[in-house]
Amino acid sequence: MKIIVCVKQVPDTSGKVAVNPDGTLNRASMQTITNPDDLNAVEAALALKDTTGCQVVVVSMGPPPAEGMLREVLARGADEAYLVSAREFGGSDTFATSQIIAAAIHRIGVGEGDIVLCGRQAIDGDTAQVGPQIAEKLHIPQVSYVADIQMDGSTVTCKRILEDGYMTVRTQTPCLLTCIKELNTPRYMSVPGIVGCYDKPLTVLNYEALKDEPLIEVDTIGLAGSPTNILTSFTPPQKGAGMMLEGDGKETCEKLAGLLADKHII
Amino acid sequence: MATFNNTDLAAFKDVWVFCEQRQGKLMPTDFELISEGRKLADELGVQVCGLLLGDGVDGLARELGGYGADKVYVCNSPLLKDYTTDGYAKVVCDAVESRKPEVVLFGASTLGRDLGPRCAARLHTGLCADCTHLDVDMPIYKDFLRENSTLPSERIEGVKTAKVLGQDHDVSRDLKMTRPAFGGHLMASIICPRFRPAMATVRPGVMKKAPFDQKKADACQIVALDVALTREEIHTEVLETVKAAKKLVDLIGADYIVSVGRGIGKDVEKGLKLAEDLAAELGGVVGGSRAVVDAGWLSADHQVGQTGKTVHPKIYVALGISGAIQHKAGMQDSECIIAVNKTPTAPIFEIADYGICGDLFKVTPLLTDAIRAAKAAK
Ligand SMILES: Cc1cc2nc3c(=O)[nH]c(=O)nc-3n(C[C@H](O)[C@H](O)[C@H](O)COP(=O)(O)OP(=O)(O)OC[C@H]3O[C@@H](n4cnc5c(N)ncnc54)[C@H](O)[C@@H]3O)c2cc1C
Ligand SMILES: Nc1ncnc2c1ncn2[C@@H]1O[C@H](COP(=O)(O)O)[C@@H](O)[C@H]1O
Repeated sequence: MKIIVCVKQVPDTSGKVAVNPDGTLNRASMQTITNPDDLNAVEAALALKDTTGCQVVVVSMGPPPAEGMLREVLARGADEAYLVSAREFGGSDTFATSQIIAAAIHRIGVGEGDIVLCGRQAIDGDTAQVGPQIAEKLHIPQVSYVADIQMDGSTVTCKRILEDGYMTVRTQTPCLLTCIKELNTPRYMSVPGIVGCYDKPLTVLNYEALKDEPLIEVDTIGLAGSPTNILTSFTPPQKGAGMMLEGDGKETCEKLAGLLADKHII
Repeated sequence: MATFNNTDLAAFKDVWVFCEQRQGKLMPTDFELISEGRKLADELGVQVCGLLLGDGVDGLARELGGYGADKVYVCNSPLLKDYTTDGYAKVVCDAVESRKPEVVLFGASTLGRDLGPRCAARLHTGLCADCTHLDVDMPIYKDFLRENSTLPSERIEGVKTAKVLGQDHDVSRDLKMTRPAFGGHLMASIICPRFRPAMATVRPGVMKKAPFDQKKADACQIVALDVALTREEIHTEVLETVKAAKKLVDLIGADYIVSVGRGIGKDVEKGLKLAEDLAAELGGVVGGSRAVVDAGWLSADHQVGQTGKTVHPKIYVALGISGAIQHKAGMQDSECIIAVNKTPTAPIFEIADYGICGDLFKVTPLLTDAIRAAKAAK
């Protein structure tokens, strides 16, 4: 049994974000982190490894510095890593990304007993599309928004969150699950893990390595081939600050209530 | 590679809305999307059609007409009673392949965001996630940019074409799908020029619902589609669906919202009580920041923001909320924002119509009293 976890390195959007004059993001100015939901996916895989002894393989598509992130995931306890990286893959939308990652997973091999885990969504694009699209391209069932996983042989039972409750969904391996933060609390890297992570195998899959994979369609990868294109990107105008009221006492509150009444909104 | 959907784009017509139902009830987003779809269909000069899947759901179709659907395609099967990705994706994709809509919209619910990407991948087309604004017509789109972007006017005037496979492609008939990215720091308008249909999931609560019109409901055409689906094609099984025990807060529909942040931490129970009192006086509900939800002080349905709900009430009161960009993303379009925060530099004051710098435990009860008095004096 093998668990393949898809992990993305993302800019930390909770910090200060600089925007270039042309409306694109100044990525160089931003810290990168491992996508938060993906750490829950990694933890779910490691927890299954603890109980079943299965193998945990991590896959990331991104520029070469993502290797550092993959080493960290190896230090947490994953066994093997693949970095999918090529200029031809850059600028891919979710359709293109999922096609390339599905091809890489197909190359690694996914069969009976295996599970693919993704995070629910990546905080840079917030699309939550790559997981389901990988599942479609691999022709395996998916369960998204997973908050609990129970394994019984090849049967996987998941708690799948809805806005107004949850569903319990059963499926068979191989399958793809997308993980949410309610699933678990990610563990830290251990000292032996950090020491050992450089001895674990990390393979780079470039364009040459994947171009003949049957899942790769050369005209729907990368910036040029992606089905969706960015027409314009822009920053929203800052809403002008309103009025700071003097004080914090009774008169201040009465003044505010009066203003609201004048505007007929109370 | 030529596929069924990139050779003859003109063969694709009509705007479709996937109309989600749960336990035989339509979702409020369905009406928002039909209303929005109506607007887009008028800009394109085509029809707007609902696509409704379920088991014995014919009775729900006509109501969609009241919000502007010209036609509702209904797919009934016992296999569609529970939502499954496989079952629903098969039926949606079959319908799209045979009837060729130009645009397909899904609500960006936890089900829509499961189904949409699976269908887009199978149909070999693009999908834009969690959109907050949609346009076709260029002059209308440019007006939108003038109002909602900091782009210089020359840049806006210059929006005409996009480079598609090295060629200039005229975007005047493309669906322009606008959404926030990078946690709301940036907005992007996305097009899907090479393939049809163009697909989008649309954030609940953002599009305006048209007034219900009984005449339109009566005129709506209801078309039953054959469902070719077998049990063997569905690889997941729904064992149970459990509704949350307590009633969920209706933030999206609320006119008045009093939200609390980590600032209530000193005395959570009292802070929540003060917020409830103010909300009750206004006739509204209590919401919260993610910090409050993460701390377990309020349940997740209360969360406002990028990963919570988008709201635009008449009055939004932020008590002890710093105003992180992810929080602002969900509330900055409120008609009137009132912020109470003890830190004068809190970013929430940058977007507040009225700010009071002070301790929320002191200010909130005074504000509740003052509002009660002002209402009584009317
Ligand atoms: C990917 C991602 C998605 C996110 N999505 C969301 C989202 O959807 N919604 C969301 O809200 N956040 C979201 N966040 C989190 C967001 O970045 C902030 O961490 C969060 O909004 C902070 O909540 P807060 O304002 O309650 O807490 P804080 O930032 O800690 O602010 C507390 C405020 O209370 C004030 N205060 C303290 N005591 C008092 C008092 N007695 N009286 C008055 N004022 C007081 C303080 O001055 C401070 O300004 C997201 C973050 C990430 C990375
Ligand atoms: N470039 C990538 N490399 C590895 N995994 C990815 C990549 N992009 C997306 N994913 C996976 O897909 C999930 C959803 O991403 P998104 O659709 O971009 O929100 C993420 O949480 C990851 O698990």
